[in-house]
Amino acid sequence: MHIKKIRAVRGADLPQVIEIDAGITGLAKPDYWAGILKRYGGRSPQGFFLVCEAGKTVQGYIVGEVRDWEFGAPPCGWVFGIGVRPGARLGGLATRLLAEICARFRARGVDKVRTLMARDNALVLAFFRSQGMMAAPFIALEQDLE
Amino acid sequence: MKLQRNTLLALYSVLEFAAEPARQRSAAAIAAKYGASPHHLAKVLRKLGRAGLLHAARGMGGGYRFAGNAKRVTLMDVIELFEDVGARAPRRRRRAEEKALEAVLAEIDETARATFRSITLKTMLKLNGRLAQPR
Repeated sequence: MHIKKIRAVRGADLPQVIEIDAGITGLAKPDYWAGILKRYGGRSPQGFFLVCEAGKTVQGYIVGEVRDWEFGAPPCGWVFGIGVRPGARLGGLATRLLAEICARFRARGVDKVRTLMARDNALVLAFFRSQGMMAAPFIALEQDLE
Repeated sequence: MKLQRNTLLALYSVLEFAAEPARQRSAAAIAAKYGASPHHLAKVLRKLGRAGLLHAARGMGGGYRFAGNAKRVTLMDVIELFEDVGARAPRRRRRAEEKALEAVLAEIDETARATFRSITLKTMLKLNGRLAQPR
């Protein structure tokens, strides 16, 4: 597959991003993605919402942000969404998306990238591991609210 | 987290083979590298062979070579052949403090399992390469 380019998302891309995410998670979340577009789709200096396209089709996306002192940590890049169409996988597309957002994080002066994953999401965990990511010095905690 | 000796030998061996998938190597060569007895390692390699991770070549100059997919096989796939990570014998009558401690240990085990499931042999080989580079 010939990837034309990786670029910032446009409003017209959103239906395809929603479709890719729904294909992966089984749930379409138009309101959520509209909010993400509003927050990261413009000229936000800290946030990035990128897509890669082949022809006129969006094949994948990545969303992330530089956050300052989140969880007490010095500024670093956080990736909190990545998705690639199943038919476009195994071609290095997610690797290119991650490399591009990391380049943008670096340009903002940070030298670390983090993400948070469900531990049963073996596929995406394995992807981030393959890129060299290791366990971060955090432990995710939760509690049922009664 | 401590893995059993057989499990460690299996992991080291499978990584040796995956690093050079076309190369055939004897159990004795791997055993010498990791300080194991050839007889002991041969048992480990046979198990890896039965699981489809190694291909055994018979006859003169026989040995093993890698038969899996390094991009797909995870550390957990190998470990599970030799031990059950975090397996604890169920006990009927337990005190509350035992149950509480078991809940904490189960958290640790689940994290360990998720970690082993997320790391493929290819990723391990890349990590080996990075750690081998002088800083």
